[in-house]
Amino acid sequence: MGDPFGLIGQWLMDLVTGWGMQPVAALTLLRFLGAAILATVLLLACFLLIVAERKLLGRFQDRYGPNRVGPWGVFQTVADFVKLIGKEIVVPDGIDKPVYWLAPLLVVMSVVGIWAVVPFAPGFLGTDLNVGILYIVSVGAIGTLGIIMAGWSSNNKFALLGAFRAVAQLVSYEIPMVLTLLVPTMLAGSMGIAAIVEAQKDMWFITAAPLAALVFLISSVAENGRAPFDLMEGESEIVAGFNIEYGGLAFGMFYVGEFLHAFTVGVLFSTLFLGGWQGPGAEQFPLLGLVYFFAKAFVVWFITVWIRGSFPRVRIDQLLSLNWKFLTPLALLIVSLTAVVDKLAVEQGWSRILALLAANGALFVGTMAVLGAYGRSVRRREERLRATAGGLSTGIAR
Amino acid sequence: MHDPWVFVAFLLPIGLLLPAVAVLMGILLGPRKPNAIKGTTYECGIETVGETWVQFRASYYIFALIFVVFDVEAVFLFPWAVAYQQMQLYMVLEGVLFLLILAAGLLYAWRKGALEWV
Repeated sequence: MGDPFGLIGQWLMDLVTGWGMQPVAALTLLRFLGAAILATVLLLACFLLIVAERKLLGRFQDRYGPNRVGPWGVFQTVADFVKLIGKEIVVPDGIDKPVYWLAPLLVVMSVVGIWAVVPFAPGFLGTDLNVGILYIVSVGAIGTLGIIMAGWSSNNKFALLGAFRAVAQLVSYEIPMVLTLLVPTMLAGSMGIAAIVEAQKDMWFITAAPLAALVFLISSVAENGRAPFDLMEGESEIVAGFNIEYGGLAFGMFYVGEFLHAFTVGVLFSTLFLGGWQGPGAEQFPLLGLVYFFAKAFVVWFITVWIRGSFPRVRIDQLLSLNWKFLTPLALLIVSLTAVVDKLAVEQGWSRILALLAANGALFVGTMAVLGAYGRSVRRREERLRATAGGLSTGIAR
Repeated sequence: MHDPWVFVAFLLPIGLLLPAVAVLMGILLGPRKPNAIKGTTYECGIETVGETWVQFRASYYIFALIFVVFDVEAVFLFPWAVAYQQMQLYMVLEGVLFLLILAAGLLYAWRKGALEWV
């Protein structure tokens, strides 16, 4: 039980080279098999993820959720899938055909691509890129591109509005996300995801950078484009936004991409800030690491679903103000503060974690004070306005 | 011995191919009876007026523009973050100076009213 993943890899390698294959060709074949298995498992896992999320949302909203197809409704997605296959493909007039058909595929590809660098357990990951974080950001951006392409090519004004909102929202929220990704990179001294997980052996980065983790979580949820940030599909204002002209499985692929992305957010958060597979005994028993990894990922995923079930949709000006006037300056501050305090702590011989926690706490208190002062000034202005208006319309009011 | 990007080179095309197969399956298995009414653009029951690809408001463009500035600068920051562990304090402060210039750019855009949604 020492290293099951290494053993399986070695066994497969021996098997394939035993057939008389060159080692390089055999390794390439194994890589290909690994990629195929990873992508297939991910897309199949969506069947369960979608049911789980709908069940949870149902419970949050005081109803049962899907419970008819199979035990506890677990086969609901299979039924939906069969229905979507059987639907007529209605291709609207005047669409930009190649772009229209490519868009849903790109959305799924971007989410699946992120998983290439995710370490599931010690020695068990797709590939260890030395630019892992940049890879995650750039592949994740392909999904944004897919959504913009879908909205633009559909020849529908609602869809176009959805695409514009995607530009404003997804693209804007990438800034605080990228900036907070600098913090784990700094603390680990590497952009490789496996190295970042290794560096969290003694302390999870959430203890050293809680504010960065929070900003990362908020901007990831916004990147995912779901409530409270689901403006680009806002079904009560622009009907379904970017995916309005899609039907059948082409629409289903957007759906798959969104739900898989939600879980990917949990996985990335737990990898970058909660120590990934790190946990007691994970080094000796990699299988235990796998358990820790999925447990943490599911907790974060549960929180994102909880957020989705709890908050109302924000307005677009609120959305952009939150990003550009709050999260982005805050992320800039977090990065500078973490850099200076951590270096000072190392040079002065303070406890790194306590110094970083104190800095984060001070920044949190300062941010709250600024927000409170801003809120009071807004309220005072409104009161003054009401006082002037009240003088004119007392007859109606009383 | 082995390039780590080989896996990515396999995974991305497979990630594109699997949904393509699913969509293709839908196209092959689903019925197809197009007519003029079905093909019209959806708009809550009334007919669409005019072109779809019209002029749009400049706010979206400005936000995208600010994004480009910030994203390019963030890419410059990553090498600094990777080298962070080996740095002296003054090198870190230089990086912070760079961040402050970035913040000044944000403040400029803010004061200019580029961040207002009107």
